[in-house]
Amino acid sequence: MTAERKTVRLTYREAIRQAIREALQRDPRVFLMGEDVGRYGGCFAVSKGLLEEFGPERIRDTPLSESAFVGAGIGAALGGMRPIVEIMTVNFSLLALDQIVNNAATILHMSGGQFNIPLVIRMTTGAGRQLAAQHSHSLEGWYAHIPGIKVLTPATLEDARGMLWTALQDPDPVLIFEHGGLYNMEGELPADAGAVDIDRAAVRRPGTDVSLITYGGSLGKALQAAEELAALGIQAEVVDLRTLRPLDTETILASVTRTHRAVIIDEGWRSGSLSAEISARIMEGAFYELDAPVARVCSAEVPIPYARHLEEAALPQVGTIVATVREMMGAHG
Amino acid sequence: MTLHPDLQPPPLERHHAVFLLREMLRIRRFEEKCAELYSATKIRGFLHLYIGQEAVAVGAMQALDAQDAIVATYREHGHALARGISAASIMAEMYGKQEGCSRGRGGSMHLFDAATRFYGGNAIVGGGLPLAVGLALADKMQGRPHVTACFFGEGAVAEGEFHECMNLAALWRLPVLFCCENNLYAMGTALQRSESQTDLCLKAASYEIPAWPVDGMDVVACEEATQRAALAVRAGGGPYFLEFRTYRFRAHSMFDPQLYRDKQEIEEWKTRDPITTFQARLRSQGLLTDDDVQRLEEEIAAEIAHAVEFAEAGTWEPVEDLTKFVYSERKPA
Ligand SMILES: Cc1ncc(C[n+]2csc(CCOP(=O)(O)OP(=O)(O)O)c2C)c(N)n1
Repeated sequence: MTAERKTVRLTYREAIRQAIREALQRDPRVFLMGEDVGRYGGCFAVSKGLLEEFGPERIRDTPLSESAFVGAGIGAALGGMRPIVEIMTVNFSLLALDQIVNNAATILHMSGGQFNIPLVIRMTTGAGRQLAAQHSHSLEGWYAHIPGIKVLTPATLEDARGMLWTALQDPDPVLIFEHGGLYNMEGELPADAGAVDIDRAAVRRPGTDVSLITYGGSLGKALQAAEELAALGIQAEVVDLRTLRPLDTETILASVTRTHRAVIIDEGWRSGSLSAEISARIMEGAFYELDAPVARVCSAEVPIPYARHLEEAALPQVGTIVATVREMMGAHG
Repeated sequence: MTLHPDLQPPPLERHHAVFLLREMLRIRRFEEKCAELYSATKIRGFLHLYIGQEAVAVGAMQALDAQDAIVATYREHGHALARGISAASIMAEMYGKQEGCSRGRGGSMHLFDAATRFYGGNAIVGGGLPLAVGLALADKMQGRPHVTACFFGEGAVAEGEFHECMNLAALWRLPVLFCCENNLYAMGTALQRSESQTDLCLKAASYEIPAWPVDGMDVVACEEATQRAALAVRAGGGPYFLEFRTYRFRAHSMFDPQLYRDKQEIEEWKTRDPITTFQARLRSQGLLTDDDVQRLEEEIAAEIAHAVEFAEAGTWEPVEDLTKFVYSERKPA
């Protein structure tokens, strides 16, 4: 007899806030630092109320100095703290690339294993809110290129709630990308939901005909596409990568081996991208399992535009995913 | 800006004076050996010699406790030696041997040592400053009375990271001792060719940081100024900025025809050689004899000979370990 797990209704934003709150409660070394995380409550209101609860020592508003405060997070991690650094959006993280790529990712190796950096950096990514080309890009694939850091992309409430604690236990730098379109996503979560693994991709919907491989803000679109495809008699399996680095190649290949077809859905651009990497891994590891060439649904190769119709046209959409799968099935099924 | 008003030459005590001389000589002879070994292709990559600037690292290091932290640049052999990292492990690092202080993964520009809290040579101009700010933040948040000494060249002053870090360290009153070694040239770019305001102390002072110039060719002045600064930092006064006015006698790295400065200028600065002038001073005060000098030279020669032997006898990290330390081996709890 299993007792019914009590659930609570909350948003993705609240799930992250709970995760941060719990981390602050559980570990005195944890603190949150970033632009407007305190008095303003976070530019996406994620940290709202935490300043009142934990005070300005642990909820630190920083000046507009991405390089300095990200680097300070690295230094503080080296000095025994467990910082959570928030960068408003991935576009602004470019001003801290030096610290992330040249320091956070290198120092463990360059020091011959002497100095590890237990740092978590959170930032918003992605488009869909008509914020135009300097607030909408999906550059997590770039970061996934870098050895020495880990890249997480929570797409569900459970992961939004559970990835942070696991990331904080990790001895090395972990970047968490929160898709801006997900903050208001609402749903039920067990009241006692807690840490989740950050090693494995997850099959979010089983299927037999095609693997839809995706992550983050595109997971919802892939699931909806799978729903529509089911109505057409096509059973799509949806794989949520969850972690972009290290990639769980095993789960990807296992899925493709079951379905023999793969469509990768990624809000990043296709050229020189994460989707290209996944496609290559499928070629390397499951080429003979394929009944059709791997297909990709990515953002159009333009800076993300402002106008709604143009932005929508630039991004992967449910319709495009469905059409891509149908074409694949028609041509090769 | 004038010299520190309270700067008075303290009475020199023989034992300590000879120690300071010894430390400077160790660096000088060590690096002369490095240059030789570079020509013999035992040492490869970039090799930035500190020759001419020894008084700064040696003087400044005297003000630091064992628990203080150090962040340096790619021109850091002197700092590493003066901090107490063994000449043998530094030499082995330059050889690329696994007995080196960074297991051969860093080389000349990336000496690291956990035991002495030496957080590296950093080869990104300005890149170490945010780390220093974060290390100091960690000390402050954990109530430890330590100082983080951050060494960098005047070239870094033009970088955004410098200004971000001045501001953040001052704003949060962090225990950072900024040690700017103004040797007048950033590679081939003279200070007045790259800065609209060449008074570096004014820049720091504009961030409400106490800032003083120091004669970087005088080891006693360097020691005294750093003692004073470290005392202020340790007392909770926030960051401090020292501009050490110094000169590098050699090329920027190993190959550099030095087209950007006059031979005459170099010769003039060489008359202020921190080692020969200090020796002369000690002799004139009756604190140093010919025997002393001979003994020092012999001891240092023996130390360096041992370092070279150690490096020669060192072993190569097995290629199978290539990807070791990209991530920590310790799994999350
Ligand atoms: C961000 C960055 N830009 C350029 C370089 C190339 N570079 C290496 S050393 C150097 C000069 C730096 O001069 P300074 O800071 O005065 O230090 P010094 O070499 O005189 O000790 C330059 C431009 C670099 N390493 N990092």
